Amino acid sequence: MWAYRLNIPSHWRLLPERYRLIGGYCEECGYKTFPKQKICPKCGSKRIKSVELPRKGKVITYTVVQTPPRGFEYYTPYILAIIELEDGTRVFSQLTDIEPSEIHEGLEVEMTIRKIRVSGESGAIAYGYKFRPS
Amino acid sequence: MEVLRRPVIAGVGFTKITAHWKYSLRDLSSEAALKALSDAGNPKIDAIVVGNMMSGIANGQENLGSLVAESIGLSGVPSVKIEAACASGAAAVMWACLGVLSGLFNSVLVVGVEKMTDVTDKEDVSSALATAADYDYEVFFGATFPSLNAIIMRSYAKTYDLAPEDFGHLPILMHKNAVDVPHAQLRFPINMEGYLNSPIISDPLKLFDCAPIGDGAAALVIMRRDRARNSEHLIEIIGFGSATDTLAMYRREDLARLKAAELATKRALSMAGLEPKDFDIVQIHDAFSVIGYLNLEALGIVERGKAHEFIASGDADRSGALPVNPEGGLKARGHPVGATGVYQIAELALQLSDRAGSSQIENPNVGVAMNVGGTGSNVFVHILRRVE
Amino acid sequence: MRPDRSVGIVGWGAYVPKYRITSKELARAWGKDWKKYAAGIMVEEKSVPGIDEDTFTIAYEAARNALTRARIDPSEIKAVFVGTESKPYAVKPTATMLTEALMIGGEERLTLGADFEFACKAGSEAMQAVIGLVGSRMIEYGLAVGADTAQGAPGDALEYTASAGGAAFVIGPEDKSVAKILATCSYVTDTPDFWRRQLAKYPSHTSGFTGKPAYFTHIINASKKLMEELGTTPKDYDYVVFHQPNGKFPLKVAKMLGFTEEQVKPGLITPYIGNTYSASSLIGLAAVLDIAKPGDNILVTSFGSGAGSDSFHIEVSDRIEKVRNCVPRVIDFIKRKVYVDYAIYSRNRRMIKMPAGSGDY
Repeated sequence: MWAYRLNIPSHWRLLPERYRLIGGYCEECGYKTFPKQKICPKCGSKRIKSVELPRKGKVITYTVVQTPPRGFEYYTPYILAIIELEDGTRVFSQLTDIEPSEIHEGLEVEMTIRKIRVSGESGAIAYGYKFRPS
Repeated sequence: MEVLRRPVIAGVGFTKITAHWKYSLRDLSSEAALKALSDAGNPKIDAIVVGNMMSGIANGQENLGSLVAESIGLSGVPSVKIEAACASGAAAVMWACLGVLSGLFNSVLVVGVEKMTDVTDKEDVSSALATAADYDYEVFFGATFPSLNAIIMRSYAKTYDLAPEDFGHLPILMHKNAVDVPHAQLRFPINMEGYLNSPIISDPLKLFDCAPIGDGAAALVIMRRDRARNSEHLIEIIGFGSATDTLAMYRREDLARLKAAELATKRALSMAGLEPKDFDIVQIHDAFSVIGYLNLEALGIVERGKAHEFIASGDADRSGALPVNPEGGLKARGHPVGATGVYQIAELALQLSDRAGSSQIENPNVGVAMNVGGTGSNVFVHILRRVE
Repeated sequence: MRPDRSVGIVGWGAYVPKYRITSKELARAWGKDWKKYAAGIMVEEKSVPGIDEDTFTIAYEAARNALTRARIDPSEIKAVFVGTESKPYAVKPTATMLTEALMIGGEERLTLGADFEFACKAGSEAMQAVIGLVGSRMIEYGLAVGADTAQGAPGDALEYTASAGGAAFVIGPEDKSVAKILATCSYVTDTPDFWRRQLAKYPSHTSGFTGKPAYFTHIINASKKLMEELGTTPKDYDYVVFHQPNGKFPLKVAKMLGFTEEQVKPGLITPYIGNTYSASSLIGLAAVLDIAKPGDNILVTSFGSGAGSDSFHIEVSDRIEKVRNCVPRVIDFIKRKVYVDYAIYSRNRRMIKMPAGSGDY
């Protein structure tokens, strides 16, 4: 299914987010979002600046994927989690360097960069954020 | 709404839900449409709205408006596909109502259709369903639609301190209901042991928490009340409401509730001038057991965290105080995603006109259907009432 | 070779993946007597990259640690060189990905970046190139990285040692540094001891020939030449770090050059994590910097097959105390471990032949 091949232009556009967790900061009310939004979801202001979000946080909730979609079969099973960063911003990401039995809500984690998708033997590699135990 | 312009359902038709190896999108949609048209006394159709989620990705075919019109000999009639992920069906119904309420169309044919099984590899179906989620911030990282709902299930279970068995009551009831329903996909009962032992799809979500993959089409003829002369079984759509929530789940404040579902319910009730206690029969979107529970809570039928008790008590059985999904719901009747919303409303219409056959509930007056798109990011609620 | 202006290491950092496989388990997979192997090479276990790790992700972690210690803004760095023999792409430099991931050179992106290859000494080459650029005042700060996810052919002797890891060094003017790099010297010949052809998955080597004509000759020549130029003797050094393909060779060459075991041991990390190839001597250097005191002298001599050696004379300054403990040290990485068996090892290392059309991996 061609639609699920790695979308290179899209991945390239999103590199600041995927490599450095660049989010948005509302200059009006101070609310932070990931990703950066055009309009602040809290106060409606358009005065949003890019900001590099904190790398550390804790796990809010998670699941262990046993039936993968196309492209993730080799990595199965893997863990998906919602992480709350130190400043309260939430991010959705895989957890890595950890066994499912070791996870609990509140686990402290830290952002790193890992392989997300590898398009076969000759296609491109998409790297991006994952979180590992601190 | 001005009573004479109110939308009414004049005719209903649908196919069985299963893996229809011999039938295409055209075959399924035309079968359902022609049944509905006949049921409505073959009125002139002014417009067509098609509800479908994944014809492009799964079947290489967009432009279903044109395809469906032609398949029933109605080329020339204005016709579009409307999409709201798994709520495409209800979205199509709502837009048909808008057409009628505007006064521009006297009758609109709604067809919900989905042909999923031509995609034979389950990884590819999973990828197609995942287009309902947030690609850049959820799916890119390996999220499947079930895995996102698994996170909701875990949050809900933690918030209300629920055990795995507490989720089994809903799929068990659904299977029980579908046994005598001819158009249902899975017509065998299941029990708690079978539920608990079913394979884990994405921890803690099990196979028996998830609706099956299937093909099907359902159709309605929606007309202006005062122009619906040929039909003997009119059902009024007295209220509808819709709301969106953030596309991705992680951007919501509370993972154990569906805000969009609550908002859509509020809007529908307001339009209908009713309260949750007025419901006699409910169609919920149990694509995953936890979503079924959250639907019941959003509809105001049960207190938050108590949905499992309500189902376990027997009050939701066909013979209970407030029957839920008497035909088996998404879990057992089936869930051809873009068509489901139309199936829900078609089934309600049959119930409210005493034509539901073996699944008939005794004398229901008001029915409500909730159709959920994405992980609760796009929700539609329709309230129907028998016309006296 | 000495640069025009004095340069030094402004920050250093290492990274070793969490997973380990023991020599015992490797021997079990191939029906070998593990005691014979482990004793012969003095390597009990080696590091294994996680299923989602590669040279770029390892270089990234090491570089982040180096940058944290360096306490400079990444935009001040104007060159990134990555030495590796396991590039994720044969054509597309890991250096470009590091530049983007760390915002090297800031928004302007007016930086130099490339990957170096010289078997196991590519990382120290990268350092030499940066020394040249900083020393000639062409740039103020540069980043040199040695990182590898080394390929050990299944069942081959090298499988017991080929491991994964990385070390990074931010190099800048001496007055900003924690350790001065006084001078460097290289000795290079055409010696075919170990190589990998472009499309070959695993390297080839010449067993015994990799000893005297390769490893020992080059390390001895480079080290001797450097000490001669500087007028130093082994007694003048507090630590010496050699390229460490196993636990034995560094001890042997140390003896041959006149160094003691006490000088070598603190920088000898292969027995715990295996041979990290382009990071081998560099992680050893990082381990020494983790404990060295102001005023200590360190001799580092790398070795890359093909063949060549780079030797460095490093003097530790006062500033080192301030930044030593702000990131994980090499010993912390050594201690952080989880064991895997041969099955998981071969899956992580992509050693299993997957069916055609089985898609992404």
